[in-house]
Amino acid sequence: MSAEVRAISTRRGVDGKVHVRGSGHPLVWFHGAGGLFPTEPLLDGLSADYQVFACEWPGFGEEPTEGSLEDMLDFALHGWDVIEALGLGDARPHLVGHSMGGMIAAEMAAINPRGLSKLVLVSAAGLWLDEHPVPDIFAMLPFELADVLFANSARGESFLSGGADFSDDEALKTLLITNARRLGTAGKILFPVPNRRLSKRLYRLSNATLVLWGAQDKLLAPAYADRFASLIENAAVQLIPDAGHMLPYEQPVAATAAIKAFLG
Amino acid sequence: MSVKFVWFNLMPWPYLGDDFRKNNRSVWVDIPSQLFDPVKANKVYNEYMDQLEFADDIGFDGIGVNEHHQNGYGIMPSPNIIAAGLARRTSKSALCVIGNSIALYNPPIRVAEEFAMLDCISGGRLVAGFPVGTPMDTNFCYGQIPALTREKYAEAHELIMRAWHEDEIFAFDGKFNQLRYVNCWPKPIQKPNPPIYIPGGGSIETWDFCLDNDYNYSYLSFNGYKGGQALMDGYWERVAQRGDRDESPGRAAFAQIFCVADSDAEAERLYSEHLLYFFNRCLHVYPGFSDPPGYRTLDTIKAGKLNQLRKEALEIFRNVTWKDLVEGGFVIAGSPDTVRERTEHMVKSLRVGTVFCLLHMGNMPDWKTRYSTQLFAEKVLPHVQDVWGDEYPDSDTRWWPRPLEDRVRPDGPEALSHARRRVDPTLANGFGPAAGGGAA
Repeated sequence: MSAEVRAISTRRGVDGKVHVRGSGHPLVWFHGAGGLFPTEPLLDGLSADYQVFACEWPGFGEEPTEGSLEDMLDFALHGWDVIEALGLGDARPHLVGHSMGGMIAAEMAAINPRGLSKLVLVSAAGLWLDEHPVPDIFAMLPFELADVLFANSARGESFLSGGADFSDDEALKTLLITNARRLGTAGKILFPVPNRRLSKRLYRLSNATLVLWGAQDKLLAPAYADRFASLIENAAVQLIPDAGHMLPYEQPVAATAAIKAFLG
Repeated sequence: MSVKFVWFNLMPWPYLGDDFRKNNRSVWVDIPSQLFDPVKANKVYNEYMDQLEFADDIGFDGIGVNEHHQNGYGIMPSPNIIAAGLARRTSKSALCVIGNSIALYNPPIRVAEEFAMLDCISGGRLVAGFPVGTPMDTNFCYGQIPALTREKYAEAHELIMRAWHEDEIFAFDGKFNQLRYVNCWPKPIQKPNPPIYIPGGGSIETWDFCLDNDYNYSYLSFNGYKGGQALMDGYWERVAQRGDRDESPGRAAFAQIFCVADSDAEAERLYSEHLLYFFNRCLHVYPGFSDPPGYRTLDTIKAGKLNQLRKEALEIFRNVTWKDLVEGGFVIAGSPDTVRERTEHMVKSLRVGTVFCLLHMGNMPDWKTRYSTQLFAEKVLPHVQDVWGDEYPDSDTRWWPRPLEDRVRPDGPEALSHARRRVDPTLANGFGPAAGGGAA
């Protein structure tokens, strides 16, 4: 399904794009450190019942205005700035975030719990457990990612490889520049340890929250789902079998069903 | 100006096993700590410091140290500690600390203070290096956020220079450092500051930073003079293109591995195994640590400096032979004649005023290091120091220190007995008992 791409500019002056799908109650999606993918089956599935706004995070698109976002507070406020720019009126959107996007959505919700309806954290980053150290994606080579991010590494490899030929200088440069901007931006809240003390602020959240996780998540072990649930007053955990960290791409049908059942 | 030759010791750990490469993914960042033996290190550190003192004594212009962390080829996380030891046991050569990764010090005023101490103790012999720091050290070992590293470096540089230059106490409201009372105590002898050397890997921003401030640009790679030619050409093209700076060779420094023996064949017999130890074990760095997204600027990536990034760049050392190293210019090796001729060529073709001489490499034993160093000092140095003639003055303190003539010289046997001298108790005579018989 193709999305309508809407250009926005926030009050801070950060430019970006929002991919809009479907109609219904507004649902705002925050992507992970990999960005928005050419196919987003979970968003397609959700768009049957909701108006889905997928925000392309600064640094992940073409507009080079990400420099003004430096720390976690900047990131969370930018999320709210984007929602303001969408002009949703009085409607309080559901926030759904995956991985880094989940970390941002949780932080936004802790800052302004009355600004949203329900919260869905999908394999969300933002906490640290010494017993489950998060593998360092910033030191990984491209070929090492699939195994960590997917329950089934063959499935992951076919998803992640865009068929580009990196022995070609220009293709390599494009990849490096894209990566430098995307993961360079993500690193501001995820490097070297993906913990900006969100755990201290989650007590503020009373919204109904679904913590949705891949049962085979090798990046953020399911113990992190339990930790989120223990820190958020009104949260329930749901594990999806045969899915790793890239749950929205590995088991989109099951993820769609779980989120719809929760949001109602 | 004479060419300055600096005897540099990376301080590699000399006990990496034959199968190091097979059993470990990296010599840096996550090298197993069990491979470090503190008892052996007692001898290793002292031997390396002795060699640096030897280099001072035998006539090198400078002795050099640098900073690496969690690194099997550089066991010197604090070069200032080594330099402090050297300041007390040498008195002639410049102390080249190349350098302190200033984005890592919290607050960076620490560097201003420690470098000032070194300059005072040594009588004005400090050359101060300010590297941005490798991603391995800066980001992975010391946890700095890649995309913010350069900005943090720039702020640290500004703070240190202001702390050295300004006479009044000032408040500093930085993004990374907020200090209400910046008051660098002590300050360096050299005014306005010691010569500043900036180790860089070829980013355009670094070249301009050096030129804007009249700092020396130091290309410290292990690629040798042939591999470094294109990059140094780029630097000098930038100098010419800007046109706002002189072209003194003092603007550039280069690191080069040297092995000197009686003959070319003897050089191979003596040094080959130690060079191969270095290239095949010490440079085994996991590629994932070498370029975290956000560390390099987009302009640098766009400028196409991709050669250091590809996996192949590390793999060229996989089956490296002595012949590859010599023919590729990675090492200048051979008889004094051979080394002399190639060194002169290197200095001219790269247009450098300072050469960092790597004469200890890998697991080279002490006697070979000294043999090579001695031959270099006696049979090479005197013939290559005057390559640049007198077109540029030696008194240019932008590139090299001019220490106090009348400085404390704490090396040598007299210095030791001076430090240990007992006082004559009669000196206290006449000060008498406390007045009032201890009425306090």
